[in-house]
Amino acid sequence: MSTDSLIVTSATGVDVELAIAGPGSRAYAFVIDWHIRLLLALTWFAVAAYAQTGVVYLTGKSAPLAITIAVVPALAIYFLYQPLLELLLRGRTPGRRMAGVRIVNRQGGTPSILALLIRNAFRLIDSLPVLYGVGLCTTLFSAQRVRFGDLAAGTLLVHDGDTEAKALAHLGALSLNPALDAGLLALGNDLLLRWPDLESATRRRLTRELLVRIAAASGTVPTPVPEDSVYDRKLQQRLRDALAGKIA
Amino acid sequence: MTTTPRAPSWLALRAAQWNRLGASLMTWRRGRLSRQDALKALEGYRGLARDVASARQAMPGNPITTALETLYASLHAIVNREPRHTLASLRHLYAVEIPATFQDLKPRLLGVWLLFALSTAAGWWLIHSWPTLVGLVASPAMIEQVERGQLWTDGILNITPSSILSLRIFTNNIAVTIFACVAGIFYGLGTFYIIGTNGLMLGGVFAFTRQYGLDGDLLKFIFAHGTVELSMICLGGAAGVALGESLIRPKLASRRDSLQQCTAKIAHLFGALIPLLIICGLIEGFVSPDTSIGWPVRLCVGLANLALMYAVLTGRLFKSAAAA
Repeated sequence: MSTDSLIVTSATGVDVELAIAGPGSRAYAFVIDWHIRLLLALTWFAVAAYAQTGVVYLTGKSAPLAITIAVVPALAIYFLYQPLLELLLRGRTPGRRMAGVRIVNRQGGTPSILALLIRNAFRLIDSLPVLYGVGLCTTLFSAQRVRFGDLAAGTLLVHDGDTEAKALAHLGALSLNPALDAGLLALGNDLLLRWPDLESATRRRLTRELLVRIAAASGTVPTPVPEDSVYDRKLQQRLRDALAGKIA
Repeated sequence: MTTTPRAPSWLALRAAQWNRLGASLMTWRRGRLSRQDALKALEGYRGLARDVASARQAMPGNPITTALETLYASLHAIVNREPRHTLASLRHLYAVEIPATFQDLKPRLLGVWLLFALSTAAGWWLIHSWPTLVGLVASPAMIEQVERGQLWTDGILNITPSSILSLRIFTNNIAVTIFACVAGIFYGLGTFYIIGTNGLMLGGVFAFTRQYGLDGDLLKFIFAHGTVELSMICLGGAAGVALGESLIRPKLASRRDSLQQCTAKIAHLFGALIPLLIICGLIEGFVSPDTSIGWPVRLCVGLANLALMYAVLTGRLFKSAAAA
């Protein structure tokens, strides 16, 4: 099995391929989450202390109730942030979202509550001796970049990122002329997608060739596009219209 | 011979469906799916699988194919997520799964208790024979206080409120118990180390306090909470031994699968361990340090706690739920 991807055989018979996240993405997500929980805990502590005593800190002489109200929730926020958010958001946390990763089980599905709890319990081992030393070593050297928690819970961290949003935007912006075959439509949409990255001469040549093929497939004659200062933009619009079936 | 699917029957017609699926994806991921939504998701998943297969054949490596594969992977995660039956699962956990796991772990628990008792005796013998070694099992502040004729627990409530004390204690106990269990991943050796050192410390501290006639006070302090607390740590240790055993003698084809199966099984036990450790923490924070509470009350609290532990672990407390 590849170390870079998880290939899951689905019940439909069509494989699902997921890109496995490495130690870099993992550490990045953790650092973001760590900062968030630290800030939240400190904010609670400061606000609660200020509300009780008028200053943002507590001393040994502060009232027990003030200490309880300021310290207990702050500690709860710090220690329960990761497991609680994982349980509520099905393995996703703000840090992971920003780092573009998510947790999946070995079937590529959303992990169960039990798996998430096991994964969190093993943090006690993975965080040894300091700064997730054990976890970092195991993710560096294990076949699928997993730490002990993942091994025991049967989970993996995979890349997610904005690929889903991009994919949805891409599918939403497709131009589809029912008279054209899938290959031609794919080629045309691919060209439109890569338009900004291509050199002017290349995209002009490709577009002209494609317009001729689309016209042939539709049984029409391509209308020439006048070459002026906005020739590229006109050519792009003509291709989009042709792929959408708006022009003959 | 392979042929490119004709657009009217596939790409052009399916695009609207993909967009509808994409729009529903966020809602499905967030909340609980209704029966209609679940059927819709399944239908969309099957349809998308066909489209991905066609796209892979007709336009491999194309951005449309990649976009469809991404959508398919997202839908796959939703379709394959495990159901949540919170209340029914909880009932089943306490009535069936915890007692079954406890039953399975009994021989290992006996072994861990034996190790704990032996290491406690060893710790006692060590400090009794060589009192200067007490620095191994107690901090300088503790030693100083005992030498002054006081237990380190005396007057603890004047320094820390009971609520904070309880929180600190049960957090620490839960961490120690989980650690005793997960350390078993090192082929059980980590668990033996945790149980052994805890036993050594307990025996050593008792031998040390005995030299100053404080062992009775120490026993009085720990009895109400300690019996269940130590049992829980030993049970965590027994779970750790099972974890190590699953790696040494795997029951499934691979050690990884065997470890996962064993972890999923013993994890149920923590549904009992954690609430009981929280109760122990509350007793240790509110009852144990209170010098106005005498032996009879402590005895009652300790025995009631033991009875509760036994009832939870054997499932007797939830018998009616199981019958229902």
